[in-house]
Amino acid sequence: MSKLAAGLAAVVLALSACASGEAQPDDAEISATVFAAASLSAPFEEIAADTDVNFSFDGSSGLVDQIAGGAPADVFASADQRNMVGAVEQGLIAGEPTMFATNYLVLVTPAGNPAGVTGMDASLEDAKLVVCAPEVPCGGATERLAETLGLALSPVSEETSVTNVLGKITSGEGDVGLVYLTDATGAGDAVEIIGIPEAEGDPNTYWIAAVEGGDTEQAQAFIDLVMDSPDVLAGYGFGSA
Amino acid sequence: MHRFPRWAWAPFALGLALLAVPLLGMMARVPWGELPALLTSERALDALTLSLGTCLIATCLVLLLGVPLALVLARSRGWWVSVVRTLVTVPMVLPPVVAGLALLVTFGRRGLIGASLSAWGVEIGFTTIAVVIAQTFVALPFLVTSLEGALKSSGEQYERVASNLGASPSRIFWKVTLPIALPAIASGTALSFARALGEFGATLTFAGSLQGVTRTLPLEIYLLRETDSDLALALSLVLIVVALAIVFVSTKIQNWRRDG
Repeated sequence: MSKLAAGLAAVVLALSACASGEAQPDDAEISATVFAAASLSAPFEEIAADTDVNFSFDGSSGLVDQIAGGAPADVFASADQRNMVGAVEQGLIAGEPTMFATNYLVLVTPAGNPAGVTGMDASLEDAKLVVCAPEVPCGGATERLAETLGLALSPVSEETSVTNVLGKITSGEGDVGLVYLTDATGAGDAVEIIGIPEAEGDPNTYWIAAVEGGDTEQAQAFIDLVMDSPDVLAGYGFGSA
Repeated sequence: MHRFPRWAWAPFALGLALLAVPLLGMMARVPWGELPALLTSERALDALTLSLGTCLIATCLVLLLGVPLALVLARSRGWWVSVVRTLVTVPMVLPPVVAGLALLVTFGRRGLIGASLSAWGVEIGFTTIAVVIAQTFVALPFLVTSLEGALKSSGEQYERVASNLGASPSRIFWKVTLPIALPAIASGTALSFARALGEFGATLTFAGSLQGVTRTLPLEIYLLRETDSDLALALSLVLIVVALAIVFVSTKIQNWRRDG
């Protein structure tokens, strides 16, 4: 029995040794661990190119779950207000969240617009429309937009993420999709963008905050870096806060 | 008497804990009191009916295509046999999202076959047919590989005797080969059904996600996780129970085959 216990202890020690490979903070550089919404991956990687920042990109609600479960984050950047509020309510945030960027929905069609979509109007009725499911942030924004316009949308698919919507359009499977301008910009020539004035008037907001229990000094250094980089964010289609 | 070294117990315990604790943890979080109400909600019923219906059709297709496929593979000689066997096995180890992409570029609107179908007015994307195709694609290899192995190990002596007695190949198949292979077919079918039921990545990539049309149980669970984790856990429990039942039945059949 003691042999068994000793064996178990050895395995546990070996496992914990594997897990403790974390970098020590370096005064000269920013080395925060940043949990950020997937849509921020391109601008954040560029902003942090010269630092030691570690990123984990995922859906905002998934990230809140991970932080609540004890994941070692210093900074949380959310793609909508709802998830940041959720994080604050769960006591996961140190200090006040800051709004740092905006984004709004646009229509995208495959190159050439084969279904002849003209905007958020009757032209959608004969087209295969792909949207986000109401459960995810982009779907919530889609629902609000449809309500504002008094339109009853009849999508052929409600996808689990905005990238899945975009994929259905770039592959030509769907005729038209509702995605964020940033995603549409990232898709380049594969899609055509049709703007929606009503969506621009009610943008989705991006929030950033230090995580409770994390390294707040490092966190603030990264947040300052983001706030000082509106040009990078604009280059990817984000609006200023 | 020592049949294995005593230190094997340590990794045994760790391995068992790794596999069993998450399942038990899930059981602890399932909202048992609300289970009946949750599972009879419209969303849950839509996902359950869709998953069950598509999996039954997919499993029938797997049987219709898989049994002859395994038979030809098991009874043929030549360089092409191993090539075909590799092709048939690949979907089993393919990441599901890659399977979905492969199906998309084949049956999608601009795909190899889909483009011609589209010209005839047939479009598979976003339909329940796409779900069935994805499930069949990922489940078929499970039946073929397990049945081919069984057919090879059972040998051909009975078929040879029947042939010498003047039976036609078709008659031999129905009266000799099929009855001998029945346990292997049954356990292979059970595994295929389980794989079809769990299909997620290929469906998401290829078929889309709409309640009652393409949103099967795994897709619904993935989506509900965002907002309604109680219902997500309740539906997960359904999949776990079905998985346990299938593995139990399949193991029983295999033991019976070995003993009998």
